[in-house]
Amino acid sequence: MESIPSVDIIHYNRIIFFVIYHNHSTLILQKPKSSVEALIANNVTKRYTNHVALDQVSLVIPQQTIFGLLGPNGAGKTTLIRIINQIINADSGEISIFGEKLHEKHVGTIGYLPEERGLYKKLKVGEQLIYFAQLKGLSKARAVELSKAWMKKFEITDWWNKKVEDLSKGMAQKVQFISTVMHEPKLIILDEPFSGFDPVNAQLITKEILELKEKGCTVIFSTHRMETVEDLCDHIALINKSQKILEGSKKQVKEMYRTHTFSVEHQGAFSISPDKYDLLDQKNIGDNHFKSIVQIKGSLTPNQLIRDLTDVTEVQSFIEKIPTMSEIFITLVKGGSDE
Amino acid sequence: MNKIWLIIQREVMNRVQKKSFLIATILLPLIFPAIMAVLVYVAMEQKKNAAKNIVYYVDESGYFAPDTSKFIFKKFDGKIEDAKNVFKLDDSYGLLYVPVFDLSDPKGLILYTKTNASASEENDFENMLENRIKELKMQKINIDQKILEDLKTNVSIQNVNIDKETGDEKKSDSGVMTGVGMAGGILMYMFIFIYGAQIMQGIIEEKTSKVVEVIVSSVKPFQLMMGKIIGLASVGLLQFLIWIVLITTVSSVVLGMFGLKMPQQQMMEQVAQQNPEIQQPPALEIMNAINEIPFSYIIPVFLFYFLGGYLLYGALFAAVGSAVDSPAEAQQFMFPITIPLLISYLGLFMFTVQEPQGTISVWLSIIPFTSPIAMMGRIGFGVPIEQLILSMVLLVGGFVGTTWAAGRIYRVGILMHGTKINYKVMAKWFMMKN
Repeated sequence: MESIPSVDIIHYNRIIFFVIYHNHSTLILQKPKSSVEALIANNVTKRYTNHVALDQVSLVIPQQTIFGLLGPNGAGKTTLIRIINQIINADSGEISIFGEKLHEKHVGTIGYLPEERGLYKKLKVGEQLIYFAQLKGLSKARAVELSKAWMKKFEITDWWNKKVEDLSKGMAQKVQFISTVMHEPKLIILDEPFSGFDPVNAQLITKEILELKEKGCTVIFSTHRMETVEDLCDHIALINKSQKILEGSKKQVKEMYRTHTFSVEHQGAFSISPDKYDLLDQKNIGDNHFKSIVQIKGSLTPNQLIRDLTDVTEVQSFIEKIPTMSEIFITLVKGGSDE
Repeated sequence: MNKIWLIIQREVMNRVQKKSFLIATILLPLIFPAIMAVLVYVAMEQKKNAAKNIVYYVDESGYFAPDTSKFIFKKFDGKIEDAKNVFKLDDSYGLLYVPVFDLSDPKGLILYTKTNASASEENDFENMLENRIKELKMQKINIDQKILEDLKTNVSIQNVNIDKETGDEKKSDSGVMTGVGMAGGILMYMFIFIYGAQIMQGIIEEKTSKVVEVIVSSVKPFQLMMGKIIGLASVGLLQFLIWIVLITTVSSVVLGMFGLKMPQQQMMEQVAQQNPEIQQPPALEIMNAINEIPFSYIIPVFLFYFLGGYLLYGALFAAVGSAVDSPAEAQQFMFPITIPLLISYLGLFMFTVQEPQGTISVWLSIIPFTSPIAMMGRIGFGVPIEQLILSMVLLVGGFVGTTWAAGRIYRVGILMHGTKINYKVMAKWFMMKN
């Protein structure tokens, strides 16, 4: 006897559960947390008198990801970031943030660390943090509480009454970072966050960024430091000459730019059928050990390559040469500029 | 709105907590009366101690008749060369040599002094001799000295204002009103310049310390600009009010020390006096005129024009501050802002207080860019209500206009670093869509 399934929706701890009853069995499903994207940009265009800064740029930034916004200088990254921060307006196109159309009230939802950043030199650290948090919409009491908590976390409590001009550059960077994140923004935008940071602070900030992501924040990273992208980012978009030329998860992007090239270490030189494979390089690394770079032609699988290799040599290691973000970046940007 | 309020608070706190604010606010009103007191004291002492200088004279013409009101004259009988030798040795002030001369063409008169004679002293001697020659000439054509004396008459005009509606009569003293006008105008000029420059400096600071982009991600650039302008205006008003209180208090103390009285006290005494018009000493007369100044009318008008003028120019200073990267770079753009201020400042001396109802004065006090200073110059002399209203309305329109224009330049300027700025670039920013 078949019955029609019935569904209950339960809210618990801000998480939505669907409880499905069917044929004496109960199924509980959790509504996926990131069903709403952190940010969607739709055909955003910004024109200045002499040039187009952004040309029909569309982006989807999933929640709780670290999103790398990449591109060479002058590509339009900062313009896009300023539009998201409502510092300037787009000429056309739409931006929605956590499912809502971008609006003045979202100022408190975003934490922004601009590339051109600084603090009031004459102001004391405590006053400064409170002022910034209040401007983001926090009450004074809450601002005091949070700034104290963050300073404790960064072990800089005794700087409360110090003027910024008396701080070292590294100290000021910590204060700057606290001012960016202390009002608990759900979306954090960091424009070249590590420029000017010493390695110790950079590491500290990296740790904080990962922690914030764990807590549910979405982070947009604008940078041209590819090693940071490689380490931190889940998703990337590449903007070049005002246009988005690439977007996707890091995995997808790497998949897309696979060259089906493999690095093989083996004992004894070999030659391989030039109909199926390209032997790009083969060099002796001593003691009859060789390292060869082989690219597959056509639709052959890596397994086939291994099979063919074992016929002709003693394979010691076999690694696919996956392109680094830096290589992808350079290929795309250079390719773009040649056109 | 809430955020503008936060920015205003921040600006006020920043300025008021500074040592320079405390010094300027508290010391300045003390310094002015102190300097006045010192000057009055020195002048009084000098007058008391001033023994008249001795001047010898050698009169070969026989015409000279010494006027002893300013110098003690001693006749030297003998040759001028001998007189010079005597003069060199003693401590007399001067030696006047009057040779034989033609009345219609006096030549060869010499005043020997050991130090340079001041222009006023030289003038004294010249007047003395001119009067004497005039007298001699008149005697020559038989005009009696008595008749001459009778021809001289002293006239002093008392100016009384009659109110158009009520017909009330009010004494006024154009000298005092000129003083009030100039003081008001100069004060206005200083306030606008000092506080305008502070706005500009604050904005350049925010730009160079690069804190501005962090701020404008939380507030609209226009809010930030208005918060700054209003914040500084509040500081200015606060400072002005403290000055009024301090100056009034300190002045009464200082004047009291020299036996002069403040208007209020004096008014009470005057009421007690039966006939106050008769034989007032000049100082009292001025005090009396000061008493007639309608402060309850002038101060609110001053505050209105201060705010209006300050907002109008403050916005322009803000626009310049936002466009440049350093105070040095700002200099070239200060010029067009300074010009109308200078015109009204010079106009204050050349036209406004000289001829307060003249065409130029009236126009200067109506055009928004010059009206704050020019109107202060005119206000004491009485301004027709329709002119005052027109001027006030235009001033409000003026600052709304400059604030709007400045806001458009500001929003783009604050985010520009290292751009080469000229008026064309600024015009482009102004035209830029938001």
